[in-house]
Amino acid sequence: MLAASSLTEVFDQIGADFAAENQSYAVRFAYAGSSVLAAQARNGAPADVIALASAASLAPILDETTPESRGVTFARNQLVIAVPEGNPARVTRLADLGRPGTRVALCAEQVPCGALAVRALAAGRVIVRPVTLEQDVKAALSKVAFGEADAALVYRTDAAAAADRVDAVEFAEASDAVTDYPIAVLRGAPHAAGARVFVDFVLSESGRQRLRAAGFGLP
Amino acid sequence: MTGRRVGGAPLALLAPAALGVAFLVGPLVALLAQAPWSTLPRRLVAAETLVPLWLSLQTATVATALCLLLGVPLAWTLARVEFPGRRLVRALVTVPLVLPPVVGGVALLLVFGRRGVVGQWLESLAGITIAFTPTAVVLAETFVALPFLVLAVEGALRAADPRFEEAAATLGANRWTAFRRVTLPLIAPGVAAGAALAWARALGEFGATITFAGSFPGRTLTMPLAVYLAMEQDLDAALTLSLVLLIVSLVILVALRGRWLGRA
Repeated sequence: MLAASSLTEVFDQIGADFAAENQSYAVRFAYAGSSVLAAQARNGAPADVIALASAASLAPILDETTPESRGVTFARNQLVIAVPEGNPARVTRLADLGRPGTRVALCAEQVPCGALAVRALAAGRVIVRPVTLEQDVKAALSKVAFGEADAALVYRTDAAAAADRVDAVEFAEASDAVTDYPIAVLRGAPHAAGARVFVDFVLSESGRQRLRAAGFGLP
Repeated sequence: MTGRRVGGAPLALLAPAALGVAFLVGPLVALLAQAPWSTLPRRLVAAETLVPLWLSLQTATVATALCLLLGVPLAWTLARVEFPGRRLVRALVTVPLVLPPVVGGVALLLVFGRRGVVGQWLESLAGITIAFTPTAVVLAETFVALPFLVLAVEGALRAADPRFEEAAATLGANRWTAFRRVTLPLIAPGVAAGAALAWARALGEFGATITFAGSFPGRTLTMPLAVYLAMEQDLDAALTLSLVLLIVSLVILVALRGRWLGRA
């Protein structure tokens, strides 16, 4: 099972639920960035199921997946504004990020959370001069957790996982920048039957509950 | 030089030695083989290459200067002054060598960050914030490079004959004069070697920089950070940047070796 790193916590839970219900199958997860996972799948990694953080990252490897499972969206994620506890810069809406003196951390445009941030900011017609363009969402989040940045645009699920160190501010324009998480069975799956059972389990009410609790949106 | 010819060396040593060379050089050869030679000239003069390169050269050089300023006196103190806890201080100074650089970056944040011990004070009194500035890059690089310089210079000091300093002292020179006029010229090759090592380490710094300084083009995005970011989308760009970094460090280290480190 290859899964995007933003799924780490929730898939560990779903995997444990699945193992408790289906004694005959064992699930093992390999987490990494979506582009890395796609490259692994293309190079014939011996995996059964792949779950990625955007439809765009699945597109180049559609031929590696079985036709009937092609790109089922099982979760959605969107951005929130993460602020240090107590919100020292008093950020309450997206436009506040454009205020002079607000130190904003964004993901670099090359990584999915950065591309999504660009879309959200364009939708809100907000011009931001970030102090840093981080390499991934956890790095952007940590700049806020340490209080170095006043705000960062991160996935809602990442902000939820770090709720003890950062506060999350929802904003209206986030609905214009939503990323879909596709799941698919790989064509060369060594355990194709078990793979389908697991995908069905993720899509079941039990899986959806876990995803909802982690802050994911559901299709 | 009285090096023995290969014929006398036992195979049990030569075979692992050859394997070691292959292990170190092989990946570099692969890098050269995979480099996008056809588009290389265009990529080399692009801002995506030149801006991080210029920042890296500047910050690594300033960091090396800082290392010399702090490290040579520190090495001298460790080598020449008897004081309680000297072994402990020496051990502490080398900690950044084994510390994961990311942890070093977090530690720097706890001191120089906006909520850090020193950083808080700097911001409220002088209105200076260090995070996300080239100064932060220099501090991160100095933190990881300083131990290399201290170890190299201390080694040179221990190898230097202390009787020259004693002779200078009997001729009426105080310790500062003896250090400047006798010791420093004596250990110059060791200092140069240490500076070259420190510079190379600073140039390649990644973990502490990304944690402490962030990454913004022209301000804190150094070459290693640019390589990592480029890998997300464009492997050829990452290979180009790596190649440039490799060549620049080789050219400078070889030039230094020819000029100052002839005996080293």
